[in-house]
Amino acid sequence: MRALGIILAGGQGTRLGVITNNLAKPAVPFGGKYRMIDFTLSNCVNSNINTVGIVTQYMPHRLVEHLGIGKPWDLDIKGGGLHILPPYLSRSGTSWYQGTADAVYQNIEFIERYKPDFVVLLSGDHVYKMDYNDIIDYHIEKGADGTIACMEVPVSEAHRFGIMVTDPFNRIIEFQEKPKEPKGTLASLGIYVFKWNFLKDALIRDAKDNTSEHDFGKNIIPKSLKENNMLYAFNFEGYWRDVGTIESYLDCNLEIISPLPPLDLHDDSWKIYTQSEELPPAFIAKGASVVKSFVSEGSEIYGTVENSVIFQGVTVSEGTYVKDSIIMNNVFIGKNSYIEKTIIAENTVIGDSVEIGKGKFAESKIDKKIYNSDITVIGFNSKIKDRMIIGKNCVIDNEVDLNDYDLQEIKSGEGLVK
Amino acid sequence: MRVAGLILSGSTKDNLDKLTLKRTSAAVPVFGKYRAIDFTLSNMVNSGITNVGVFTQYNPRSLMDHLGSGKEWNLDRKRGGLFILQPFISPQSHKMYYEGTADALFQNLTFLRRSYEDFVLIGSGDHIYNIDFRPLFKYHVKNGADITLLTKTVEEGTSFSQYGQVITDENNRVTQIYEKDSKYHSNKIFLGVYFINKAFLLEILYASVPNGKFDLLKDIIIPNLSRIRVFSYDFEGYWKNIKKSVEDYYNINMDILKEEVRKELFYQPERKIFTKLKDSAPPKINVNAEISNSIISDGCIINGVVRNSVLSRNVYVGAGSVIEDCIVLQESYLEEGSIIRKTIIDKNVRIRSGKKLEGIGNEINVIEKGAIL
Repeated sequence: MRALGIILAGGQGTRLGVITNNLAKPAVPFGGKYRMIDFTLSNCVNSNINTVGIVTQYMPHRLVEHLGIGKPWDLDIKGGGLHILPPYLSRSGTSWYQGTADAVYQNIEFIERYKPDFVVLLSGDHVYKMDYNDIIDYHIEKGADGTIACMEVPVSEAHRFGIMVTDPFNRIIEFQEKPKEPKGTLASLGIYVFKWNFLKDALIRDAKDNTSEHDFGKNIIPKSLKENNMLYAFNFEGYWRDVGTIESYLDCNLEIISPLPPLDLHDDSWKIYTQSEELPPAFIAKGASVVKSFVSEGSEIYGTVENSVIFQGVTVSEGTYVKDSIIMNNVFIGKNSYIEKTIIAENTVIGDSVEIGKGKFAESKIDKKIYNSDITVIGFNSKIKDRMIIGKNCVIDNEVDLNDYDLQEIKSGEGLVK
Repeated sequence: MRVAGLILSGSTKDNLDKLTLKRTSAAVPVFGKYRAIDFTLSNMVNSGITNVGVFTQYNPRSLMDHLGSGKEWNLDRKRGGLFILQPFISPQSHKMYYEGTADALFQNLTFLRRSYEDFVLIGSGDHIYNIDFRPLFKYHVKNGADITLLTKTVEEGTSFSQYGQVITDENNRVTQIYEKDSKYHSNKIFLGVYFINKAFLLEILYASVPNGKFDLLKDIIIPNLSRIRVFSYDFEGYWKNIKKSVEDYYNINMDILKEEVRKELFYQPERKIFTKLKDSAPPKINVNAEISNSIISDGCIINGVVRNSVLSRNVYVGAGSVIEDCIVLQESYLEEGSIIRKTIIDKNVRIRSGKKLEGIGNEINVIEKGAIL
């Protein structure tokens, strides 16, 4: 076998706040009908990588339900297909995955069974289209031990990434994981190709090292460089986004739905597959107005929708105005409400005459690290009572009930967290 | 309850003009993303029928492509599942077609004999409705019936001559059926769905088909109503036959714009209508678009005006174009600035920039699949 894919899908995604409280980041809904992991998974299948292991750990239920037996991605096949790799207990007493390297180390036996030449190591929470054959071919051509996909990022962003310094032949000479003082702007995209024999050896040695944090960026890569192994940088020139914060989540969704999107979901030659629900096409009523938006199956629009992503099974009632927002699956929005710059998670019910996202930005009293833009977030399965007024940069927790309200108004920067 | 399902998928005798030039009526696209057969197939599966045979003979390619292995309806099974029953040549028969319902059944006796089910439900692939057949099974058994026919009491003004009019006694036992009679006899019409004891069906097939009686209703059931126990089970919901006329086809598609029809057909959590999924992105509605009272399917890109219309998957509407009172099927492409009214545009049609198409009076235009105008 040429290549086997391993998708690391255990991330907590803490900076997405209430959205990832009960949900692994790769299972976060995206683009009207997809979930984040659909991008990486579809890339694998479209690149003819038909054996894929998915490493899960944090809150896997929704993710595992979404993946099923891999049918929507044509991964329900004999001799390969999709495999969920949760942490497990063995005689030697393995436990939770300690880090990304440990997660792969604990699944050496799984990979070994397929005898791949290469392992493509991926993340389940990035939005991009990429033919992995390009990086594999490059890897072979360079005779590399490992190849890391990377792209130039702005200097101001560099501290969020693994930063690489390369020689003129693209060989990596230095690697800094999330550096305070970056030595360059060539950032790792979390897409690695390794010779399997090389990787296996590195993982086994790393597992025995008690000082290691068992992480690719922190341990495996720097150590390999120190040992003078052949690691190369592969310049990726397409669109790639790490949707790690509330702001980038909203921006990236709106970017994809723009009239000339940087990543075209309507492109038939590189389809993104997903677990679809059986719902009729979208209905847009008389008197409704929809512009610059996605409106998914099963949705019914009676009001006005502008520059927004409407997921499946959403109702926007008469007189309601939704602007610059992301409305996830099965949300019901009552009459005469106003919603601006808001992310509303699945199965939420918004009452009549509710106002969300009006007013001026105020610093968050809940958590400045997570909620630091003018976007308001409403959690899963919550209820917003009639005539509520909720400002900017607010957060309403998951599962909020009508009994949980003391007030009729939540001011900008405040929230309702149980 | 053990029931095998059989679906008749349409013949040459339909009235859908260019829409059935290249496909059988069961494969006619409807409501943006479905094919007519999805309804009967989903109804069967949702009622617990997992062994289904589909009779095909007229133009089956499109239908077969849609059905595939039956995976989308959970019919790719180890036992039972989906069977395509095509006419075939054998030492017993050199006919390459079915002469009628009974003949089709007779030529496929092997399917019936091999199925372990005790009952057979025979439906049609061109009916649009959402039903739970289970109460009908119970009703059939309770009555000790040989055959139970699905019927519907319809309002005046229905073109009764197109249907079988059913007369029943006080116990709902069928005493008379007037098949396609131009005179009015009863407002209870037969919906083309039969529920039959399998052993009984085999018996009547052996007794009739070799004697040249090829039609189940006309040649076998109607002449023997006094001797066999035939009951009628009345269905109260939305039911339409899509192949009666182009106008009916148009009106049925437009029915999805009515909230009560959408709710009944599609929003019953236990009875979803399944179809072949295509993984298109959600419809993209761009800045200058204007949409009112319309269905927009996945994969569409809308830059123009869409009013009172049903748009199938992957339809492109260019800027400045107006679509009004139209049914537009998959992959059709309207260039900039065209005006289309009261028209059915079949699949893969390309309408050139600035083109104007309008039905005259109440007439509905039909643009043939693949046309470039």
